[in-house]
Amino acid sequence: MTRYGWIRLVIVAALALFLEALCRTGVIPPLIMIPPSEMLAAAWRILASGEMKGDFYSSLANICIAIIFSVAGGFLAGLAIFSVPDLRAAAEPLLASYSAVPPIVFYPMLIVIFGLNRVPQVLLAVMFGFVPMAIHTINGLDRIRPVFLKVGRANRVSTFISIFRIQLPAAAPYLFIGVTLAVSYSIIGVISSEFVLSAKGIGHQISYAYDNYDNRAMYGLIVLVLGIATLLNTSLRYYSQRMLKRWTR
Amino acid sequence: MPDAIRTVHARASGVTRVYPGHAGQELVHALGPVDLDLYKGEFLSVIGPSGCGKSTLLELLAGLAAPTAGTIEFEGRPVQGQVPDGIGVVFQEDSSFPWLTVRENVAFGLECAGVDPTEIKRRVDYAIGFMGLADFARSYPAQLSGGMRQRVCIARTLVLEPRLILLDEPFGALDQQTRLLMGDELLRLWRETGATILLITHALDEATMLSDRVAAMSARPGRLLEIISTHWPVDRDSRIVEDERFGAITARLWTILREQSMKAIGKTESRVST
Repeated sequence: MTRYGWIRLVIVAALALFLEALCRTGVIPPLIMIPPSEMLAAAWRILASGEMKGDFYSSLANICIAIIFSVAGGFLAGLAIFSVPDLRAAAEPLLASYSAVPPIVFYPMLIVIFGLNRVPQVLLAVMFGFVPMAIHTINGLDRIRPVFLKVGRANRVSTFISIFRIQLPAAAPYLFIGVTLAVSYSIIGVISSEFVLSAKGIGHQISYAYDNYDNRAMYGLIVLVLGIATLLNTSLRYYSQRMLKRWTR
Repeated sequence: MPDAIRTVHARASGVTRVYPGHAGQELVHALGPVDLDLYKGEFLSVIGPSGCGKSTLLELLAGLAAPTAGTIEFEGRPVQGQVPDGIGVVFQEDSSFPWLTVRENVAFGLECAGVDPTEIKRRVDYAIGFMGLADFARSYPAQLSGGMRQRVCIARTLVLEPRLILLDEPFGALDQQTRLLMGDELLRLWRETGATILLITHALDEATMLSDRVAAMSARPGRLLEIISTHWPVDRDSRIVEDERFGAITARLWTILREQSMKAIGKTESRVST
């Protein structure tokens, strides 16, 4: 781990210890928050017991589907908008203003149309993740240095080779930012939509525990969601840094 | 050898390039008309004031752009908006791909052309060795200096075994000493490959040192003002700067270009002298 990684770890550990002290001394009452050590124990108990296995599988499947649609759809939309100047002129203001819209406001409409099942949850998550991917695809394609395309032409490469061996690798750092955001937004979209749109899933279980004053289960589940998000984000960060190292060393 | 009995390798006849202006603006007449014969095996440099259309001329000769009027020929065949087989181009900017290692960069064109892997290895090994990159074959361009990255780009062109190499100010971003040494490498490459070379440069001394002939261009729209033959021996290198004729040729080029360069920066002779 790097020096900065250690500093990060120390900051997180210090905050957790501080919270632990506040909870243990009663400054924060147990009805509001349980100590972090008990959160971890609760998280472990949930995992070990397997009692919420179905909810985890459901949420993870929804997240995976949402990531696939966000990344693939956002990339294709970005590519289309980049390639057709008229479409771009029309769509760019929409994309820019879209980030101000919280997709969750569409949940009543989605329930009416699709019912209380997986579809509206995934759709909401895709609505979160799709646009950042499209924006970063356009951004990445915009930033391909024209000289790279000239090298392709000077080497008489086909359009196919130009796209896959020059343009996509050249745009990769920006595409990767889009993927990272699409993954994060897909997790946020699925978990938050499960609060209101689902009868199962991690989000639903957190909401259920909250409604029943079951702090132990609620905080245990929150720790698990944090764990999943951190794991995914750290993996993506690791690969993106490995890739970018080549560009900037 | 007299021009009359030399073989024309590439020819620009009445070549003009006009760019459409931005919305509501006038057309930009960037180049021409230009008539230029490039002889087989010669080293010709093109110099001229900034913005005179030197790079445009190179792109037209390469087939990277189409002339508005006139024709380009390479080895007797017309060049029409596509880079013909046998022409290699090295660009002014660093064009090494940052996501590929030096070896992968150099092999790029051959792999795309579907050349046999054994042949790719042979040619890449040769080019990397020739350009002094053997110790850096597994490095990424970001780990190399500007001069080394430009060598990678030259090696990438070299492996294609071009018969005509077009270089667009490839050493423009390098310091003077590195430029001189890179010039030596370029002369060595020219002698070993027997290729015809056209070099675009804004450095008069570089043009004088490297070339058999130097073509001087006017300010925009660029036209050929004069072509000067240097009569240097083929086995020359950067030590040619010690030759007494070196200064005379460079001075002659500056005399031709001085007024044009002032025109390019918006000054006239009288304004400068006052």
